[in-house]
Amino acid sequence: MSVRKPLPRWADLILIPFLNLTLAFLISGLVVLLIGENPLEAVQILLYGAFGYGEGLGYTLHFATNFVFAGLAFSIASHAGQFNIGAEGQAYIAGLGAILVALALDQTHWLIVMPLAMLAAGALGGFWGFVPGYLAAKRGSHVVITTIMFNFIAAAIMVYLLNNVLKEPSNMAPESASVVNAGKMPQLREFWDYFGYAPVNVMMFVAIAALIFTYILLWRTEFGYKIRTLGKNSNAAHYAGISNSAIVMISMTIAGAMAGMIALNEVLGVQNRLVLDFVFGYGFVGIAVGLMGRNHPIGIALAAILFGALYQGGQELAFMMPAVTREMILVIQALVILFTGAMEGLFRGPLETIFGMIELSKGSSNSSPSSPVGTQKKNATASVSKEN
Amino acid sequence: MEFFNSSIFLLDSTVRLTVPLLLACLAGLYSERAGIFDIGLEGKMLAGAFGAATVAALTGSALYGLMAGMGVSIALSLIHGIASITFRGNQIISGVAINFLAAGLTTLLGQTWFRQGGRTPQLSGDARFNGIELPFAKELADVPIIGGLYSELLSGHNILVYLAFATVPLTYYVLFHTRFGLRLRACGENPKAVDTAGINVNFMRYKAVIITGVLCGIAGAYLATAQSAGFGNNMTAGKGFIALAALIFAKWMPIKAMFATLLFGFLDALQIRLQGVELPFIGEVPVQFIQALPYVLTVILLAGFIGKAVGPKAGGIPYVKER
Repeated sequence: MSVRKPLPRWADLILIPFLNLTLAFLISGLVVLLIGENPLEAVQILLYGAFGYGEGLGYTLHFATNFVFAGLAFSIASHAGQFNIGAEGQAYIAGLGAILVALALDQTHWLIVMPLAMLAAGALGGFWGFVPGYLAAKRGSHVVITTIMFNFIAAAIMVYLLNNVLKEPSNMAPESASVVNAGKMPQLREFWDYFGYAPVNVMMFVAIAALIFTYILLWRTEFGYKIRTLGKNSNAAHYAGISNSAIVMISMTIAGAMAGMIALNEVLGVQNRLVLDFVFGYGFVGIAVGLMGRNHPIGIALAAILFGALYQGGQELAFMMPAVTREMILVIQALVILFTGAMEGLFRGPLETIFGMIELSKGSSNSSPSSPVGTQKKNATASVSKEN
Repeated sequence: MEFFNSSIFLLDSTVRLTVPLLLACLAGLYSERAGIFDIGLEGKMLAGAFGAATVAALTGSALYGLMAGMGVSIALSLIHGIASITFRGNQIISGVAINFLAAGLTTLLGQTWFRQGGRTPQLSGDARFNGIELPFAKELADVPIIGGLYSELLSGHNILVYLAFATVPLTYYVLFHTRFGLRLRACGENPKAVDTAGINVNFMRYKAVIITGVLCGIAGAYLATAQSAGFGNNMTAGKGFIALAALIFAKWMPIKAMFATLLFGFLDALQIRLQGVELPFIGEVPVQFIQALPYVLTVILLAGFIGKAVGPKAGGIPYVKER
């Protein structure tokens, strides 16, 4: 306890996530064992399903595209000190903007539809992020609770609209009319048949652009500096003359707009129409992606691919090993969130001690290390004061 | 008279729908009053429901089921406790993880054990909590007004319903009139003061999350072995979050929690009742608006437009003893 020191940067960025992730996967393996299947075989099927052939890879990339947007929606807000768990609702509402633009402009060209649909989806998703941001900044609401409530409100609105407004009279199912021409996002398989039937589409490139945009925004602009200052220490930000409430509102809006891009990838990339629950929990995966990726674009990209592989490989797994249902992915996701997010400190303490001891054994040859003595003294006084 | 009967029917279903919300809301109350945010109420309830239905199906006893449901829910509570009390992790993240864990594991294990698409076998007889006829309910049934109220509204519920409503005054007493309650509330407001008094803050918080686990387990058991006859995928369907909303609505007070959950339970009952009904002048009521009302009300309340909801001061902050 006495020799603890902050960890070196590489250990903090690579070793700890790696250890936490390993633990999450080990426990997932135990769950597979518990339901009577071979975990190693499961991993093999999962990896082959996710990366082994073109269509699998295409699906992996398609899911990863969603997760990049969802991860960014979590992380951008997170940098501003806001816990955005509303990506699900933000994406759901954004679907409305995407489909309305696409339906209206279906007879034009995708180069016209895509930017306008992005704008509409981004605006609606952004609005759905802005309101909780506004309420947090100006009225002191807790952003976690507000975003949870907004997820449910979004779901209720969409169910109503799909059943009562957008539904085609001839159609029994609660879904909008379909886009048939320019409203569809161009699929990568149209250019390269390697991807089989996988729905990976141009939104993948938008996702990559979004990652770069986020990096530049957060680390290369004054505005990004303000966001990060606020997230690290809101008092310092306030003292430096930064308008905290404006930053919170803007970053929540950007986060919501990012989540809104999921709508294009799903509604115009796969379904070609607005359907119930098209977000399918992708928004929540963003929490795991953001946490695992340490809120950094590179980390988010890697984590998104990992989760994309889990989702696609998981489908393959459910097909090959019927005992391992789709919900296995939820379990893995939960364990990843638990160990890389909530129990992040699990290995930190022991590692700090180990690194401290290594440092100490190096330093002892050079004579008097000052810090351990100091902490010992502090400990001694602490124990004395406690006895009193 | 018909209006009277149908309103009694509506209130009766309000009571039934309120019970899981009330139990989960009180569960959250203990935890949050001790300074531990819990958005994992939903997951704990779901896991509790699964545990209760599974054991009730295997043993044929609703009581064993209830105990199993509480056990499973306490286990999840302890995970939350270890993450957020011992390792001082983020309580929101831990809650999110617990919700996913419960959603995934229940269906996965249900499918493995029972092979009914994640459902547990239908329960009947003693494997469920059945209604209790209060004394003289039959005799009084024909008495106008009072008879209807007594025999329909008050009598005929299962034991868990009465237990849930009995928990309200009990919680009030425990929190505001016992030493344990004072300490628990102090942990949520000013943990340092508790520590100074020589009381272990973390241990107090563990006790609180265990109570949360117990109550969520009962709520889950109610859903699976009293309200329905078995466990179904995701059968909590957001009730844990409505309970959370009710907790804020009640400003973290037990008696108000009962009224808040009754209000939300009533909205739910109304929404079911109004499905597909054409009302004069208004036409068909969009049930989604009634469904969304608890959430909208909570947002408005939290924003301070109708009163102000301020949670326990030390909520969400892990306690670090000075070294």
